[in-house]
Amino acid sequence: MAAALGFKNLTLGYDRHPAVHHLSGEIAEGTLLAVVGPNGAGKSTLLKGIVGVVHPLGGQIARHGIDPKDIAYLPQIAEIDRSFPISVFDLVAMGLWKRAGLLGGIGKADRVKIETAIDGVGLRGFEHRAIGTLSGGQMQRALFARLLLQDARVILLDEPFASLDSKTVSDLLELVHRWHGEKRTVVAVLHDFEMVRQHFPEALLLAREPVAWGRTTETLSPENLLKARRISEAFDDQDGNSEDEA
Amino acid sequence: MYEFFIAPFSEFDFMRRALAGVIILSLSAAPIGIFLMLRRMSLAGDVMAHAILPGAALGFLVAGLDLFAMTVGGIAAGITVAVAAGLVARFTELKEDAALAAFYLVSLALGVTLISLKGSNVDLFRVLFGSVLALDNATLLVIASFTTFSLFALALIWRPLVLECVDPGFLRSVSGSGTLVHLLFLALVVLNLVAAFHALGTLLAVGMMMLPAAAARFWTQDVTRMAAISVLIGVLSGVAGLLVSFHANLPTGPAVILAAGSVYGVSVLLGPVGGLRKRFSPGRHLEA
Repeated sequence: MAAALGFKNLTLGYDRHPAVHHLSGEIAEGTLLAVVGPNGAGKSTLLKGIVGVVHPLGGQIARHGIDPKDIAYLPQIAEIDRSFPISVFDLVAMGLWKRAGLLGGIGKADRVKIETAIDGVGLRGFEHRAIGTLSGGQMQRALFARLLLQDARVILLDEPFASLDSKTVSDLLELVHRWHGEKRTVVAVLHDFEMVRQHFPEALLLAREPVAWGRTTETLSPENLLKARRISEAFDDQDGNSEDEA
Repeated sequence: MYEFFIAPFSEFDFMRRALAGVIILSLSAAPIGIFLMLRRMSLAGDVMAHAILPGAALGFLVAGLDLFAMTVGGIAAGITVAVAAGLVARFTELKEDAALAAFYLVSLALGVTLISLKGSNVDLFRVLFGSVLALDNATLLVIASFTTFSLFALALIWRPLVLECVDPGFLRSVSGSGTLVHLLFLALVVLNLVAAFHALGTLLAVGMMMLPAAAARFWTQDVTRMAAISVLIGVLSGVAGLLVSFHANLPTGPAVILAAGSVYGVSVLLGPVGGLRKRFSPGRHLEA
């Protein structure tokens, strides 16, 4: 299988402080990859790097023949202002940005697409509700509907299942598996090792530097997890003492 | 009826021009106020309104009560302070609201000092509280052209502006326009404040922007409808303020702002979205 994304000695970070260190490797097209690791390990930063929001401090990211616009990104739900007065329909419709842009009209065919996406995540009847009235699970469903509309070849999910009930999680996981079946590349930042073992064939264990990357069963071995924790404790100390490690 | 509502406008030219002024102002200032409010930048709007004063005062020092000089000075000062306040908040330890308060106080003091160097108390009063009833055709044209430009610009940036408020991470992932949109939005705020400054003066200009917006928040949960309602509230307050000031012989600018303030008060009490009436008598809950 051809590579969709490649990293060559990639370092990502903010204000010269690296959050992801010396990452090399490839994500093959159609991969279903979980990114796991302790807090502050650079998982979210890696997704932001792939989507092009954070620029490399060193090394390279190769997007093999994939237009940046063909990468869909689901931010952490905490980054969304849920008090903003906008309806579920309008929020989901943003998934058409790639095609509609600033001024493009949203026609009858698009409306059908939007309705179908909302239907597909089980939110029929909620189209005209303001997002402020949704529960956490319903909100995440709406954001998945937006991903459906984006219809992208690469899909990046930042903690998509954080604090959701089990019914919502299993419904949304079903969508993830559907995308996998459609040969889309899916990369998800996750904390639940059990879920990763059950649903994600490949995993990347990150603690700023990559600890292990490959088949999930091997990546999530007790030795690797221990190693990741050791490294993360070390950089917690470092952050307290030294300013510049770049 | 006719005597009260129509006659003042049909008989007096200055009332007609004032009416045109407040209506045109509301068209773009109120929707821009909506976005200021939704981005939690109401205070920043207030600061920019004050920041216009020293610029306009410099224009006044150079050319007297000249429309062009005061407009250019106001825009330049407004944009300078918008950028400077953003930089101070970003690169120093000072919290943004403290930085804004500092700019606000210094601008006001500086502006009043500059005006007093050359002008009389009448000039000062006019700059601080405006002169809705003295709008001449040239000033109306300036206000109208700023509003026209603002409406087109707002239509152009509407989608990214909404997106930047709701989900900035997503906007950055689909478009690099976020920063540009933010800057353009700030420029629109300054333009509309300068337009409002000519009619309502420094201290009241931001009122036509924030009060209709704050009131509209209580009537709907959809940003597009909210913008429309805010325009309506702005126009209504303008007309009511002019009529009350005409009949009761009250100063016009404050009357317009007080009218908008009354609508805000009513909205807080009776508005269906988060208004107090709902809170204290929520009504029967919906049956499934």
